[in-house]
Amino acid sequence: MSLGHLGYAFVLAGLVSAGFGAVVGIAGGLRRRPSTLRWALWATFAFGAFMLAANLTMEVGLLTDDFSIRYVSQVGSTQTPTVFKIVALWSALEGSILFWGLVLGAYLTAFAFLHRRDEPVYVSLALGVMLAVATFFAFLIAGPANPFEVLPNPPLDGPGPNPLLQNHILMVIHPPMLYLGYVGMTVPFGVALAALLKGEISPSWMVPLRQWTLVAWIFLTVGIILGAWWAYAVLGWGGYWAWDPVENASLLPWLTATAFIHSTMVQERKRMLKLWTISLALASFVLTILGTFMTRSGVFNSVHSFTQSDIGPTFLVFIGILLVACIALLAARGHLLVAEDHINAPVSRETTILLNNLLFAALTFVVLVGTLHPLIAEGLFDKRVSVGAPYFNRLTLPFWVTVLFLMGVGPMLPWGRADATKVRQQFVIPALVSLVTVGIALALGLRGFYPLAVFGLAAFVTVITLRELWIPIRGRMKDGREGLWAATVGSAGRARRRFGGYVVHLGVVMIAVAVAASSAYVTHTSATLKPGQSFTLDGHTLRFEGLVTGKEPHREFVAGRLTFTPRDGGSTLELLPRMNYYETSTDPVGTPAVHETLREDVYVSLLAFDGKGHSASFNAWTFPLVSWIWWSIPLLVLGCAISLWPSRRSKAKAAAAPAAAPGSDALEKGAA
Amino acid sequence: MNATTRNRLVAVAALAVAAAGLGVIAFGNLGENLVYYWSPQEMLDQGSKAHGPTIRLGGVVKSGTIEWEADKTALSFRVAQDDAEDAVSVIVHSRETPPQMFRDGIGVVVEGTYSAAGIFESNRLMVNHSNEYRPPEEGEKRDWKETLSESSSAAVTP
Repeated sequence: MSLGHLGYAFVLAGLVSAGFGAVVGIAGGLRRRPSTLRWALWATFAFGAFMLAANLTMEVGLLTDDFSIRYVSQVGSTQTPTVFKIVALWSALEGSILFWGLVLGAYLTAFAFLHRRDEPVYVSLALGVMLAVATFFAFLIAGPANPFEVLPNPPLDGPGPNPLLQNHILMVIHPPMLYLGYVGMTVPFGVALAALLKGEISPSWMVPLRQWTLVAWIFLTVGIILGAWWAYAVLGWGGYWAWDPVENASLLPWLTATAFIHSTMVQERKRMLKLWTISLALASFVLTILGTFMTRSGVFNSVHSFTQSDIGPTFLVFIGILLVACIALLAARGHLLVAEDHINAPVSRETTILLNNLLFAALTFVVLVGTLHPLIAEGLFDKRVSVGAPYFNRLTLPFWVTVLFLMGVGPMLPWGRADATKVRQQFVIPALVSLVTVGIALALGLRGFYPLAVFGLAAFVTVITLRELWIPIRGRMKDGREGLWAATVGSAGRARRRFGGYVVHLGVVMIAVAVAASSAYVTHTSATLKPGQSFTLDGHTLRFEGLVTGKEPHREFVAGRLTFTPRDGGSTLELLPRMNYYETSTDPVGTPAVHETLREDVYVSLLAFDGKGHSASFNAWTFPLVSWIWWSIPLLVLGCAISLWPSRRSKAKAAAAPAAAPGSDALEKGAA
Repeated sequence: MNATTRNRLVAVAALAVAAAGLGVIAFGNLGENLVYYWSPQEMLDQGSKAHGPTIRLGGVVKSGTIEWEADKTALSFRVAQDDAEDAVSVIVHSRETPPQMFRDGIGVVVEGTYSAAGIFESNRLMVNHSNEYRPPEEGEKRDWKETLSESSSAAVTP
């Protein structure tokens, strides 16, 4: 029996486990039989184990260059360095779906383990729904996207993974992060559908819904940012976001999940927006599936669709089933999710969150229309069109700016009726700081409505957020006579979700400022130079010294050596934008040189070179503050970690049942 | 009708108006920002409708038509329907430095507008990456080392 057959056997076993668990979990849950939970749990663990085994089999095949497995013969090569052999698992369609199965198995196993002692009917239903999703993916792996097909006449060597994916180390972590985000949405989907199937949402069942969404959210967020960073550092066109359909596909579930994280607070406090909150959880999952369909079926011609495939129809059927099931359940059970309260103060925390949700819904709509329009135009009218970036920029900018404004106003307002005088008092300092910021920006010669609005609002939000973080700390330092560190840890621990949320907000402010500055004040020059000649870029000087060539294990390169002198005349340094030639590819792949500082990035890509005349052409940009986008990741992760950190009360429980799986911090029970 | 029901109705009506407004704005802006994917033949078939909107014109670089003035960064070439001798083609003007792979007969996509004078003004030039991922076949493409050592006879590199 060859490795390919073994792997396929694991996939089939996973398919059977998932199918069995789905039927048992849902049927047992609907009949309210707590005893069936045991079967659903075992089916989940079996699915997780078989997916792990199938993925390990594929990794063995990739590492040992077993070209009798079709997938290995497509992406493997004896020349590829080991690290890229390992990540070749997710470098093409079939392997990435297999990897999806592994991530799904890990999530389901973690969920089953952590919630095995919760209300059995809920857990049984939730696992049943998640395993139904798992059945679909196992079916994909076993059928339309089978990576384990055994070739009767295996080739002696393969082409190796796509050079674009071998070009940068970010490609090793960006896809797994995005997958953890995408696949993670399956868990809140299962939890939400379980609530609808059971016909009630107990407050305790909202806790896992909220926490698992946050787990998926942070992975999705980091995955999107790393993807933008990758595009910036590898593709060399001088940007990080192009409103490419594939980028939009990851943004759509992010928008609805972000809306969910906010609306769930209203749901919890005021017992309102229940149907809406549940709908957002369902929509986030459906949008991840839609996103996967768009990314992986090759319907869009974009850099991400590396392969054409026939998984498209299968996905469309699945999306259809999902939509019908969700809408039918929402319609049938919606009346059980009535609001127990209503908004009685127009100026309050809950109103700002409601507005936030409307804005995110509008953003989702606008992005969805722009993304799907080319598909519809081609499918129905046979017209090949795309929607230009100006559409997205013009239509979404006002919404983004308003969301930023609400990020400041929301935390300032209390739940329920606000005391007008107090609010006015609190408003004064942030507003003043905001005006001063805009004044300074104007004095520095910065112009433009949107960037200045973003800077002003960013200052406004930062002051309010820091004040909200500081007030409880100061209180503890005064009353409890604690030190700064102890008081910070103490107040973070007392209201972890609030504290963590504000830390995340600070990260989002960084992104907003970076995006505004880098897109409004970008400068660009291109030049063709002979050695010794130089050009200026926004005051900096770049002198072309000559072409260099070099060799690395899996590629050779030609680079243009540039001496960079900063505009303030500081110390010079060398920049080496290059063009990489892979043994197995017909076309070169460029790598831009980026000189990164906190203030701005200097970004140079080698466009073309001529050996005879030794001249070279460069494209060069300066992007003010752009690196702040990536450096927001630690703040975002820290904030989410604080929010998800187990409370003291459940710590004893967590210690009793140590969990190694991701999301183990999700044990927190209703605290905060 | 009590106060709560009335409030709810007002809220629903307001939402409906807002949603309809957003829909109108979204679809209105969509039309203005559409980018059309046409081949030279398809673009010429549009007649005067092709003058104005942003177009992505896809085709192959007609052999022997590349003119590159490095000192003025002025590039001119013809994009043809296919590599046939008598294929329909369109003159393209660009202010960009051509990328490394740009050469006679290669697939290109240019984004820009088509003037009534019959000249395609490109502001973005993309060379078709052969998405097929395989080693170059014999005689198919010159090695980069040759590019580096040989003279720029094909007028590819400036």
